[in-house]
Amino acid sequence: MQNRPVIQLADIQKIYRTGEVDVHAVRGVTLDIFPGEFVAIMGSSGSGKSTLMNAIGCLDRPTSGLYRLDGIDVSALNRDELAKIRNDKIGFVFQGFNLLSRTTALENVEMPMLYNHRRVSAQEQHERSLKSLELVGLATRADHKPNQLSGGQQQRVAIARALVNQPALLLADEPTGNLDSQTSIEIMGVFQKLNDAGMSIVMVTHELDVARYTKRMIILKDGKIRTDEKVADRLNAENELKHLKQAQEAVKLA
Amino acid sequence: MRFLAPFKIAARALRRNKMRSLLTMLGIIIGVGSVIAAVSITTGATKQVEDKVASLGQNVVTVFSGSFSGMSGRGGWGSAPTLTVEDANAIKKEVNNAVAVSPEINDRMQVFANGLNWNTRVNGESPDYPQIRDWDLASGAMFTDGDVRSLAKVAVIGKTVVDQLFANQDPLGQTLIIRNIPFKIVGVLESKGFNLFGQDQDDIAIIPYTSHMKRINKRTFVNSIMVQAATKDSITQVQNDINGLMRDRHKSAEPDFTVRTQLEVMQMATQTSKIMSVLLAAIASVSLLVGGIGIMNIMLVSVTERTREIGIRMAVGARGRDILIQFLIEAVTLSVAGGAVGIALGMASAQIVAASTGWPTITPMLWIGIACISSAGIGIVSGFYPAWKASRLDPIEALRYE
Repeated sequence: MQNRPVIQLADIQKIYRTGEVDVHAVRGVTLDIFPGEFVAIMGSSGSGKSTLMNAIGCLDRPTSGLYRLDGIDVSALNRDELAKIRNDKIGFVFQGFNLLSRTTALENVEMPMLYNHRRVSAQEQHERSLKSLELVGLATRADHKPNQLSGGQQQRVAIARALVNQPALLLADEPTGNLDSQTSIEIMGVFQKLNDAGMSIVMVTHELDVARYTKRMIILKDGKIRTDEKVADRLNAENELKHLKQAQEAVKLA
Repeated sequence: MRFLAPFKIAARALRRNKMRSLLTMLGIIIGVGSVIAAVSITTGATKQVEDKVASLGQNVVTVFSGSFSGMSGRGGWGSAPTLTVEDANAIKKEVNNAVAVSPEINDRMQVFANGLNWNTRVNGESPDYPQIRDWDLASGAMFTDGDVRSLAKVAVIGKTVVDQLFANQDPLGQTLIIRNIPFKIVGVLESKGFNLFGQDQDDIAIIPYTSHMKRINKRTFVNSIMVQAATKDSITQVQNDINGLMRDRHKSAEPDFTVRTQLEVMQMATQTSKIMSVLLAAIASVSLLVGGIGIMNIMLVSVTERTREIGIRMAVGARGRDILIQFLIEAVTLSVAGGAVGIALGMASAQIVAASTGWPTITPMLWIGIACISSAGIGIVSGFYPAWKASRLDPIEALRYE
């Protein structure tokens, strides 16, 4: 494990000033996440996990506190600078997949590269997108549109899109929220494989089952970290899938 | 931001919604199409009038004698016996840029040939006449200064007279009898058709003005003097100089002559069609404006409808500026494409009008340029507000939008 954390949060606070009452969504979070970690951030609704997620994802700025992403202090950057950081450093995976409709998987994956500051040739865009789709096992569906793909496949396209700019961090917001349990395990399998290859992943979820595929679990409550511990009984997606299939076959046999 | 990427982004976005793109363009298509069609038709009409005026001659300045007032009433211009051949000679000698001069006697009488007769205009002119009227001879030659001096009995006739009196014959060398005097036909004028006032210009016989004055009409004054200015720019100068010269020569308290130029006729003749084209252009501009509002309307709706898409784009690194440019390019692409289709459609419909009514239509390049520039302008103006709105969206809010 390298010395420099991917994410370094120091006393992060976020206060929403809406009308007369200030809403203190995050009240002083200090946290280091190192390269190669696979972290689940959990908490009930209103615990501040979405707010924290937005701050980590550079979609929003914290009211106070220091945030270093991959060594860069991003807590004081403006809108445009944050957009560049998102483009360079972060891959997003959303609950609702958020693919562009009527657009092929390949073009969806290419999309982030169109906002790169460095020119990427059309050929390189194509090659990198295909490689990304291969990584999530969807190279054969490159020219399918979202409405021709299953939920799990759509989420794989979204993961491929998140990976295409080789980010320092993969940020997943309830990635299995819209999927059935078997597909959820498959998606967690994709994440575990990427993590094994060295990708740092932070995932927000409220499902304990899903969190057990990660390596580290952080539980938020009332805008503060309540627990932060290693996942003891970590699940392996491959094994779980095998078990599930065995169980299904058993039902069929019986 | 790189140069080509925004175009790729906008092109993909437009392709995703072909029907909407097409409907958005429709307003501009109709607007530009109607402008181009209207302009083509009125330009064609103006050109036709201008051609008619040009058929009066090249840079012509005409001096009419004053009106004749007698016991029985007042005659029209040219009826008073005030202009003389000497006036014409003085103009030719003293007015700069007066390159050709023809004293003119207008008359109308019965002429005979081949045992047939025909009532036609018989004009006395100088040999400069074809040059002034920009009127070539189909065969033979114009009579000469020598013919003028010798009061020669020669005539040059128009196509209508040929058709009426010499059908299927070569009239050259044949005899035309005017007032019992035989005139030898030395030339035939090319057909010029009807003039602006519906008069058949080819229904004419031209003889030397001296022959007309001495042999036919026995008079000492001419009806008018046609003068050709050297260039279009010198017409006004020639007009002013003639005015000055004639006032000196005639020394009457009130001028007993009038000087008219082709420019004035041109202006009067084209005024109506200019008013028409301004009117049509105004109506067409309104439809262009409506087309622009249509684009703005659809772009605004589309920004709302595509809020989530904007959120996704922002999440993966699009800056506000990138979103602004994308929507602006979409709007401009739609309006310019609409403009191009509109130009084609406008020209096509002008062609259809031309084919079905026989009106000539002309699409000036200038207006094609104006249509291109204004449709691009409409795209920028109507696309800017929606694009700006899109670029101001908050990525978190946009991603959460259902």
